[in-house]
Amino acid sequence: MTALLAQLPALPLHEAGKYVAAAYITLLVLVVVYVAVMAMRVGRIQRELSALSERARGASAEGDSPSESGRA
Amino acid sequence: MHWKGRITPRVLAVTTAVVMATALSLVFFYAPLDAEQGFLQKIFYVHVPLAIVSLGGFIAGGVLAIAHLRSGDPRWDVRSYVAIHMSLIFGLAALITGSIWAKGSWGHWWVWDEPTLVSFLIVFLLYATYQPLRFAIEDPERQARYASVFAITAGAFVPMNFIAVRLSSAYVHPRVLGATGNLPAAMELTFVASLLGIALLYATLYALELQTKRARAQLRSLRRQEQAREGAYEHAPRRSAAPSLPLPAGASVGAITSMRAHPRAGREGQR
Repeated sequence: MTALLAQLPALPLHEAGKYVAAAYITLLVLVVVYVAVMAMRVGRIQRELSALSERARGASAEGDSPSESGRA
Repeated sequence: MHWKGRITPRVLAVTTAVVMATALSLVFFYAPLDAEQGFLQKIFYVHVPLAIVSLGGFIAGGVLAIAHLRSGDPRWDVRSYVAIHMSLIFGLAALITGSIWAKGSWGHWWVWDEPTLVSFLIVFLLYATYQPLRFAIEDPERQARYASVFAITAGAFVPMNFIAVRLSSAYVHPRVLGATGNLPAAMELTFVASLLGIALLYATLYALELQTKRARAQLRSLRRQEQAREGAYEHAPRRSAAPSLPLPAGASVGAITSMRAHPRAGREGQR
């Protein structure tokens, strides 16, 4: 790994590097924040969906249990 | 946008990651240093594509709004809303990266006599009123219609604004479109790769947000069905700037339960 890094061209980070780094980090941060917000929303939808499907399963099990046992 | 055939959001996300990684490698290890600005010019490969994709997204939002007004289908309004919402985020990133570049290059965070900067800010601020406009209208149908009219008008303003800036006399800001012939081949290739990467990132996030909206619409439909079955259904619309997709016809709790039982849904649930 060290040998590979030594092969890479040196980046002049001491001069304009801080501005370049700030620009690319800005994009990264915006994307990460956006994806995190979306992940939270998806997580909430998934939780609500699980609760809903649990309730639906419970309701259908209550309603169908006599016929299912008859079939078995 | 429809994701038919093999172009699923997952394929799109993987392609975006690959193209972005390639573009970043080209930016830092292939493109030569600019003779005038040196290493600072590397900001060009993120700032300009962000601005182009953002403006393109605003225009796309207008085109999708035309489809909404023509068809009356609320799904086009949702697509237009998502396109504009994403463009605002990309526009904000373009403004911040441009400001950082200006500070490094000119010594100021902002220059008011530079037409390109100010015109982009005007477009950004114009679109920043889009969501408050939506929020101000309670009736969803009217909200969608007015928002579409806004999106079309503002979308038409974007290219006009671009042309006006081109025709202006102050050329302090570096030219990009139409002047790429001045770029060395290595820089041009890197710029095209960066533009493609940013455009794909836009498309991926757009698809992700649309998918979330579809899932939420299905969930809302199921919740209403459940409440209606229990006789507890109350229609209580919540004021929101974000449009909702129409409730899917024929969606049932059984359909969603079977969707969750699908092996892919299970795998995603474990993540």
